[in-house]
Amino acid sequence: MGKFTVVGTNERKVDGRALATGQPVFVGDIPPREGLLHLALLHSPHPHAVIRSINTSRAEALEGVALVLTHLNTPTVRYTTAGQGHPEPSPYDARVFDSKVRFVGDRVAAVAADSEEAARRACELIEVEYDILQPVLSLDEAMADGAPVIHDEDDALDVWAAERNCVSHMVASAGDVAVGFAECEGVVDVTCETQYAQHVPIENHIATTYLDEDDRLVIVSSTQVPFHVRRIIARVIDVPVHRIRVIKPRIGGGFGVKQEVLIEDLPALVTMRTGRPAVLEYDRAQEFVSARTRHPMRVRVKLGAKRDGILHAIEMEVWSNTGAYGTHGLTVLSNVGSKTLPLYNKAPHVKFWGEAYYTNLPVGGAYRGYGATQGYFALETAMDRLASELGIDALELRRRNHIRTGETSPIFAALGEGREGVEQTITSCELESCIDIGSDHIDWGAKRGLRHTDGDWVHGVGVSIHMQGSGIPLIDMGAASLKMNDDGSFNLSIGATDLGTGSDTILGQIAAEALGVPLEMIIVRSSDTDLTPFDVGAYASSTTYVSGMAVQRAAYDVADQIKTVAAEMLEVDANEVELTNERAGPPEGDSVSLVQVAHRSLYGVNQRQIGALASCVPELSPPPFLAAFVEVRVDVVTGKVEVVDFVAAVDCGTAINPQLAEGQVEGAVVNGIGYALMEEMIFDGKGRCRTTDLGRYKIPSISDVPPLEVVLVESFEPTGPMGAKSVSEIGINAPIPAIANAIHDATGIWLTETPFTAERVWRALNGHGS
Amino acid sequence: MIIRFQLDGSSMETDVEPGTSLLEALRGLGATSVKDGCSHGDCGTCAVLLDGRAVAACLLFAAQVDGSSIETVAGMAGEEGLHPLQSALLDAGAVQCGFCTPGILLTALELLKNNPDPDEVEVRQALAGNLCRCTGYVKIIEGVLLGADRLAGAEGGS
Ligand code: FES
Ligand code: FES
Repeated sequence: MGKFTVVGTNERKVDGRALATGQPVFVGDIPPREGLLHLALLHSPHPHAVIRSINTSRAEALEGVALVLTHLNTPTVRYTTAGQGHPEPSPYDARVFDSKVRFVGDRVAAVAADSEEAARRACELIEVEYDILQPVLSLDEAMADGAPVIHDEDDALDVWAAERNCVSHMVASAGDVAVGFAECEGVVDVTCETQYAQHVPIENHIATTYLDEDDRLVIVSSTQVPFHVRRIIARVIDVPVHRIRVIKPRIGGGFGVKQEVLIEDLPALVTMRTGRPAVLEYDRAQEFVSARTRHPMRVRVKLGAKRDGILHAIEMEVWSNTGAYGTHGLTVLSNVGSKTLPLYNKAPHVKFWGEAYYTNLPVGGAYRGYGATQGYFALETAMDRLASELGIDALELRRRNHIRTGETSPIFAALGEGREGVEQTITSCELESCIDIGSDHIDWGAKRGLRHTDGDWVHGVGVSIHMQGSGIPLIDMGAASLKMNDDGSFNLSIGATDLGTGSDTILGQIAAEALGVPLEMIIVRSSDTDLTPFDVGAYASSTTYVSGMAVQRAAYDVADQIKTVAAEMLEVDANEVELTNERAGPPEGDSVSLVQVAHRSLYGVNQRQIGALASCVPELSPPPFLAAFVEVRVDVVTGKVEVVDFVAAVDCGTAINPQLAEGQVEGAVVNGIGYALMEEMIFDGKGRCRTTDLGRYKIPSISDVPPLEVVLVESFEPTGPMGAKSVSEIGINAPIPAIANAIHDATGIWLTETPFTAERVWRALNGHGS
Repeated sequence: MIIRFQLDGSSMETDVEPGTSLLEALRGLGATSVKDGCSHGDCGTCAVLLDGRAVAACLLFAAQVDGSSIETVAGMAGEEGLHPLQSALLDAGAVQCGFCTPGILLTALELLKNNPDPDEVEVRQALAGNLCRCTGYVKIIEGVLLGADRLAGAEGGS
């Protein structure tokens, strides 16, 4: 393990000053261009219908209206909005506009007009006749015999079994679970259900487009995946990739929902057809009705162990609701198992089965945790039930079973993201220390089972443990380029997408560390398809590990070039040269400054640009690990649950910037607490979302946040940049199972449906089911 | 109608439709540090100081501020660059995506003007209407308390 200077310090974010002073750095802050057209959308009011006729003439006649787009005048290519790499694992089941609408909020038409007001008024003037079809408004309805077929079109690609609404299907196994369970002495079988939830980035989706001075299409978008946007939009609107430039400026949070290529196609089409700049911005209601959600799921977990508490057989079955389109249907489904089952690697018999189904409800997409969140609810509450069954302390049961350094799991190879996975052996795991630290903090030994009361409140403590991953092995790719300037500063250029996480900063820190310079000497530019190298973008916890490794490689390459020049200047062997404090030289003896090195290479002898371009395609996805401990209190009269204390101890390898790493976990945990206790999209009997504003869809405010302690337990991941693993998702998985287990500790009830609202808890307390 | 007001110390005069919200009017004037997270009074990203009081700009009509003085974060930083509260939030790691930051800064600024030495509970009460989806609020609380300390220190020293 090396000693670091810039890595491991709480550097201020490189974009912090601009953000704190309110500079115009977000898409919506860009001053309107001459002739800007504003887009408004007409959404379907019906969950399932065929458009019989659509008359846009009154809308087109309205003053200020430039263009009306419908399924009659837009490309008919089938694609997926999922925003993934190529080849895309999500089915091609969507069009820009379709003659069939499949959920309330589906696109029917778009109007481009001189003002937002005119565009909205014109939408109201569009006359649409629908042939209404029977809707499918739940997972059970989707799976029922004779259910209406939601995707009956004949040109959709890669749908597993459209005739029974099944989008995707995934199985994986090791050993033989039937044999395994027969040999077990303790068996539990749990089925849990999770709700519809939305990401709620505080900045809504927004994209603006224009033609530049060379008539190329420029798309400025609040996206997590600028390079995928370029590739996908090129195909959908039939403009070559080289005629498109995508820029991601600062964006106001994403959490997965901005991986979706959700809106860019429309302003792009408008600009291509009219030659005028265009902008489309969702409002908050559209984020709920017409963006993406977390896939609601039913997950069944059966666990079997021998008397000694060592798991012997695990079976997981998953039914996922992907809504009207199959974006991320297959990959989120696979991750329910692939990011959870390897955690308990002692069981030789493991089976995973999952299917995702279409419904006429909003569309599921990528959401921080990506299936693991849903999987851990069932798995980690099943672990507590098994502990009770066997009479073993819940913490002790986990200690006996979790994966450790040097160990593997057959599931790594059997189950990946939408296909087989990649074999891997764990090379860093401090989960035991995480458990020690967290259990001390919460005082597990004293509080577990105590059921301390104050008034009507009963206290309980709960635990859950987790792993996630660091990118998608053999699929993800990140690249970085680095060049040296006259003053010994460097331009670091990366395709990686900072969505507020601080990735520009930590990638800069990695470069600074490798080059022996302070962070301010690294000028970071990211996410511009014309100016920066490729990167898949910000998803799957890939940036620190994958893009970070690309940066490290480029930086070490540049460091070697600097050492060569310095060695010539100092007449020493290049192997002896080290880079520290903006100087190059052997540890003892003379050194030269990086300014001197830069001057010599730019203006002196052997003139050339010191610089490098490097890529990383990871072979592994080393998991970060987390142990969460929570104390709750439950009001036994009303069923209200309050989190009293929460601690998350996390192993993310080297924390490149500890403060930013903590911030990732804090944000994820609080998002997870919201998901556990309060957040839920509610629909009426006609498939209409009733929770379309932040008054009705409550996300945690500062008053909802309990005392929360995040402890970074350092390890060193030998395959990661400077020993780092990724950390942005894992924290969101913990609150649901840890809180459910704590509620059981307090009251003896097992909750199997989220969120744990007062009503649901009250019903369970009073014997009305969960 | 024509309205006149002070924006971060400069006199502004603009023509607005009667139904225009203060948020739309300010962003239309280029004051884009004021953010729009919901347009409905639910998120606090559009907070500005109206005659020193933090208000949701999306809930006011532009016409209502005729003759008033409005402060945004764009006017917070002095000659030296950053206001102590801005640097405190940055040093505490309270800024992730930064979209909620202007609203939080202005709301916290109002708090510290009225209560220079708040405790954690008071910080939570003051910021109860400012949603942040990124940080989990832990570092926002730390940042505001750090800002209070620094402002108190600066005053003590002068
Ligand atoms: S935009 Fe004004 S409170 Fe949300
Ligand atoms: S920092 Fe992103 S919403 Fe607060």
